[in-house]
This record gives sequence, structure tokens and C-alpha cells, in this order.
Amino acid sequence: MSTELHRYDITQESDFLQPRDFNRKTLLQHVDQVFRAQITNIIDLTSEEKLFHVRLVKDHQRERFTFLPGQFVMLEVPGYGEIPISISSAPTNKGYLELCIRKVGRVTSVLHKARRGALVGIRGPFGTSFPMEKMRDHSVLLIAGGLGLAPLRAPIFHVTENRTNYDQVHIIYGTRTPDQLLFDYQYEQWRRINGVNLSIIVEQPDEAWTGEVGLITKLIDDLDFDPANTYAIVCGPPVMFKFVCNQLSTKGVPMHRMFVSLERRMHCGMGKCCRCNIGSTYTCVDGPVFDYWSVMNLKEAI
Amino acid sequence: MLFKILTKDGFEQLVDGILESNEVIGPKRVATGANGKPIHQYLPVTSFGELDLDYETTEFPAKTYFLPYRETLSTFHFDEADWTQEIRYRIQPRAIVGLHACDINGLLKLDKVFGRDAFPSPYYLSRRRNTLVVGIDHMPCEGGFCQSVDAHVVSHGFDLFLTDLGDRYFVSIGSDRGFDLVGKVENREVSEDDTHAYLAVRRRISDAFKTHVRTQNLPTLLDLEFDSPVWKRWGDKCLSCGSCAMACPTCYCYGVNEEVSMDFTVGTKVKQLHSCNLVDFAMVAGDHNFRPSRESRLKYRYYHQHRGFAEAYDEPKCVGCNRCGRVCLAGINPPEVIADLHEEDRA
Ligand SMILES: Cc1cc2nc3c(=O)[nH]c(=O)nc-3n(C[C@H](O)[C@H](O)[C@H](O)COP(=O)(O)OP(=O)(O)OC[C@H]3O[C@@H](n4cnc5c(N)ncnc54)[C@H](O)[C@@H]3O)c2cc1C
Ligand code: SF4
Ligand code: SF4
Ligand code: FES
Repeated sequence: MSTELHRYDITQESDFLQPRDFNRKTLLQHVDQVFRAQITNIIDLTSEEKLFHVRLVKDHQRERFTFLPGQFVMLEVPGYGEIPISISSAPTNKGYLELCIRKVGRVTSVLHKARRGALVGIRGPFGTSFPMEKMRDHSVLLIAGGLGLAPLRAPIFHVTENRTNYDQVHIIYGTRTPDQLLFDYQYEQWRRINGVNLSIIVEQPDEAWTGEVGLITKLIDDLDFDPANTYAIVCGPPVMFKFVCNQLSTKGVPMHRMFVSLERRMHCGMGKCCRCNIGSTYTCVDGPVFDYWSVMNLKEAI
Repeated sequence: MLFKILTKDGFEQLVDGILESNEVIGPKRVATGANGKPIHQYLPVTSFGELDLDYETTEFPAKTYFLPYRETLSTFHFDEADWTQEIRYRIQPRAIVGLHACDINGLLKLDKVFGRDAFPSPYYLSRRRNTLVVGIDHMPCEGGFCQSVDAHVVSHGFDLFLTDLGDRYFVSIGSDRGFDLVGKVENREVSEDDTHAYLAVRRRISDAFKTHVRTQNLPTLLDLEFDSPVWKRWGDKCLSCGSCAMACPTCYCYGVNEEVSMDFTVGTKVKQLHSCNLVDFAMVAGDHNFRPSRESRLKYRYYHQHRGFAEAYDEPKCVGCNRCGRVCLAGINPPEVIADLHEEDRA
């Protein structure tokens, strides 16, 4: 008696025949297959950061691709590696994604050498987003420190494009030195939007600097807003958002109305590899956006 | 569940039949340990005789057949500035014969992580569904505490599960594929005597556990004892070697790396099992490490086993096989670490 065990070909499952869509998390699909994407534009921001415009090559994939402010993608540089990067563009921009990337290591250095036209891979979008709908009809504080402006840009675009949905809007941004300020070419544009307040501060001014000097918390001290009617998004390094959120909390903003974006090492983006775990929480699926109360409750978060 | 009785010869015929055209993995005696006991591993066998179904435990779990230590996720073929991505899943069927209840429970936990929830993994599911699982009952292994975590019995997750009744096997049938296999050899219906004998064996096994771990309220206790000196005490001993995770049937953390061939024509994206005890586990660019101390990493592993997983799935991730305790050169083992935490609680 010989028994041939049945060969099961998973790619014949009906799920697989549907178009790949990372927004449909329960779909059985080629989770490691990237969308082919082309770097269509490279914009120098500072000596360490560049902005990349990345366009999904296939029309139907580009049209299907949707994301919410605060979500990130896994950016694949074939042969070098895959890294998590926040989407830094407007969700309504269907043409391309903007990714602001700081050069820190292997993959990011290769990207900084990449030329216009280079082909990369994109998987995603992944993770939670800032609850822009909940914030409707409230005032919003959009606060960023350093590279934190990259993930903050998507909510900034959302708020400015839907300005009537929100009450007062304050954009507050701080870096260590003036030459670290990102997207300086956009400040004028934001300032001119009716009812948008932009304030910028640096810790260590140079001779040319005429603006505010000090820590970002100084700007918040001077801020006139109604804490009972306010939501805040705070993006930046943990020390920064900790100080800012505690300050806002003292001023009366409830902790569940402040949102931060956490960074951890990530090797999958899909709640599998565990590299991003904070205690029992997967930063990639339960985050990266958390309200501050949840962050306070995460062991080993800050 | 359906049950049948197979003679031992009948079962041998069944396995021989599978062996004729498929790979069969099972417990194989590979060496003798320092304590004089045989050491077993789950390895491919070429005949039924190579299987030692009476084994106590194996050094490493059968995890490697579902989550291989190294697995290619995809291959990039370069052509000048362009590339294409190729993805393959393993679809060759095979059988694993002789898994104990704890290890099948381990697979059920991996099923939860890789088969359900967000982003089911086709890599895992393809291997899992192409693997016929035949389990077998056994007396508790030394140091095993599977009973404390409810992993000493299993009611699904296998195709067939055998209980040795001396001259025959009591067979629990967990799938249609298992049912068909049993039908191919001589079998008979279960009699009342068989049921009594089966229940007696089950009782004998349950009564034989010597190692117990107090798991009531463990998730809360772990939260309370987050800053306990217990972690430093055990953490200071830890060599950060990662062996515990490799030996664990349910540890699945991994890292992904890419390599390029010497001639720059092919890039491979390779997944490799990792361990949260390894120093670079939570290291990010700029040399920042979210878990720099051995203590924090060891603690994290226990948290994932007994708190994090419990929070997500209402059960611990640990199945109580104590392989991690046996393999650890520093003598770190769950029964003692958890007992220490309870002590701390009373102190
Ligand atoms: C949700 C999220 C959003 C992010 N958004 C941005 C962004 O918009 N712009 C930006 O410049 N950076 C962002 N980062 C950080 C970025 O992912 C790391 O800088 C990048 O992974 C470093 O890769 P590397 O190969 O250049 O560095 P190396 O030091 O060579 O890293 C080796 C490997 O370590 C891992 N790794 C190292 N640092 C990090 C890190 N901070 N986070 C996760 N994995 C890491 C990666 O897997 C990487 O492949 C984000 C991180 C997360 C988690
Ligand atoms: S607990 Fe033991 S096996 Fe695990 S990493 Fe530490 S020394 Fe190695
Ligand atoms: S943690 Fe240790 S005892 Fe628990 S399942 Fe893993 S190896 Fe077995
Ligand atoms: S990045 Fe892999 S689990 Fe979150």
C-alpha cells in the first residue's frame, strides 16, 4: 500500500486571486511581495535628510493604494534591505508618496545615493493612524521635534486641506539648530493659510537666526488655547514627546486626546517578527500611533 | 472527534505506506546524554524501525519544519537597473510522526500567530497544511510542566493522535485526511473496554506530573513584579546566547536580512529565527538599544511567554516542555524563575 499525501498549493486559494491590499489585513496574500515603485523626484532637505517622491509603477496598484495620516510603509531596496518609513504626504495625493529619509545606516545610505528613476519596492500601508475624524470640530496642536515633522506632515496636509473641519490649528516645530529645520520651503505656505498658526524654535541659533530660541516647551508655554476643546499630535524623539505631553497634560489636555508615534526596530510590519514589541504590544500593528494614556501604560515604552 | 483502534502492525503499515512516496519525520535516537539517557531529535527517517516512538523528549522541537531556522522569503533577479521579485512557498507534502501533546499545542499557538489575525503567513500555512501530523501520548518528561499550562492534552491540530494501549493504539482522528489513512489499513471500532483502557492511560499520565508551575494570576503577577530583583538575579546569569528560543517550540521571533550574489545578479531576502535574548534584538540605528541589559531581555522573553501572549490569546505561549530549561548552560529554567517570582510576591 502506498499513500501519496495530497499536495496543497496555497496560491490556489481564492484569497490569492484578489488584488494585493495591505489594508485588508485578514486577506491571505503574498505578504512579502512588494509593489514596484519608482523614485520620481529627490529633494535635498538638509545634509542628513532627503525627501523622495515614490510612485507605484502599476496604474491599478497606484489607484488602489490608500492610507491614513500616521501610517507607514516598508520600503524595500532590493539586495540591501527593507525599512519602515512614515508616509509624509497628503492622503489625497494619488500620484506619489513622499518619504522623508534620514541617512543613518545601511539601507538609508544606499537610498541617499539613489538616482531619480531608481526602482524600489513598497509594502503597506501598515499601522494605526491619527484619528483625524475624532478631532473634527476641535482645535488641533500639531507638534514636531526634529525628524518628527516627517510623520506630522500627513496630518498637517489633512488638516489644511480640510481646514473648515477644525477649530484653531497650531503647528509647532523645534530642532536643535537652524540647519536641521526640515521643509523650510513650506513654512511660508502654511503661514499664509487662514487660521493656521505656525511657530518655530531652535535650541542653538546661528548668526542668521532671528526667530525663537529655546526648547519646544517654551512655545507651548506661551500658547493660548482651550485645553478642553483640543487634540494634540506630538511627533519626535521619546524625551521630547514625554516633556511636551506632560506639559499639555498639566495644562488640562486629557491624555487620551494626545497622540504620539513610536519607533521600534521592525522586520516585518505585520505583527510577526516581534522585533517591534513593547511588552506585549506590536508597534507595527497596534501602533505606531498611540494615545498618550496607552503609552503611559506600556511597560518599557519611554 | 472520531476514534478507531489500530493494531501496532496496522500502524506500522500505515507509516510504511506514507514512507513509500513522502518524507517522514519522527523522533530518532541520535546520541546518549551525559546522564546516560538517550537524546532524540525529530529527523527524517527512511524506515519505520528508525522511529523511536517511546522517546521521552527531543532536544529541539519540530518547529524547524514549520518555521525553518533560515528561510528565503523572496529572490530579486537584477537586470541592469531593473529587477523582478520571485516568491515561492514550500508545497511538498510530508508527515511528522510521534509529536507529543505539548508540541502539537505549540503548533496550535503558532497557528494563531501565523495563520490567523493580521496578515496570515503563506510561508507558514503552506508548510503547516502540507504536513500530516501524527501525535502520540506519553508519560511526563523529566522537568516538563505542560500540565500546569494545560498543554498535556490536545484535542485538535493533528491528523491522528495515538494512545498506546499495550498491544494496540487508540486513535483519535482529527481530520478527513487522517480518517482516510486509517481506512487504508486494518482497523476496528472502539469497544467499551478500549475506552476504559484509554481513560485509564490518560489518568495515569495526568497523575504522574512531578513538576508544577503556579500559573494562576501569572500575567498580573508579572506586571506587579516588573521591577523585581528576581529579574536581575536571573538576568545576571544569562549568557545572551539565544539557545532557549531556538529550543522553544513556540518562540518565533525573527530577523530579515538581504544578501547579494557575488555576480550581482541575484539578491535574496532571508528570514532567520532570532531570539529576544540576543543583544541586537531591539537595537536601532544610532546604536540605541531599547533593551540593553541581559536582565531586560530575559524578562521580556518571560513576559512574551506568560503575559503578552496571554493578553492576546487568553493562554500562555509556553507549553511547558522545559526544553529551554534543559538547553540553558546557565541553568535558567521556567519552573525556578516563576517560583522565584511567587516567592518575591510573598516576601
Ligand atoms: C514606524 C516607523 C516610521 C519611521 N519613519 C521614518 C521616517 O519617516 N524617516 C526616517 O528617516 N526614518 C524613519 N524611521 C526609522 C527608520 O526605519 C530607520 O532609520 C531605518 O530602519 C534605518 O535603517 P538602516 O538600514 O539605514 O540603518 P542600520 O542601522 O544599518 O539598520 C539595520 C537594520 O536595523 C533596523 N533599524 C535600525 N534602526 C531602526 C529604527 N529606528 N526603526 C526601525 N528599524 C530600525 C532596520 O531593520 C535596518 O534594516 C521610522 C521607523 C519606524 C519604526
Ligand atoms: S536564558 Fe539560558 S539559553 Fe536563554 S539566552 Fe540566557 S543563557 Fe542562553
Ligand atoms: S518557554 Fe521553555 S518550557 Fe515553555 S514552551 Fe518554550 S521551551 Fe518549552
Ligand atoms: S515589525 Fe515585525 S512584529 Fe512588528
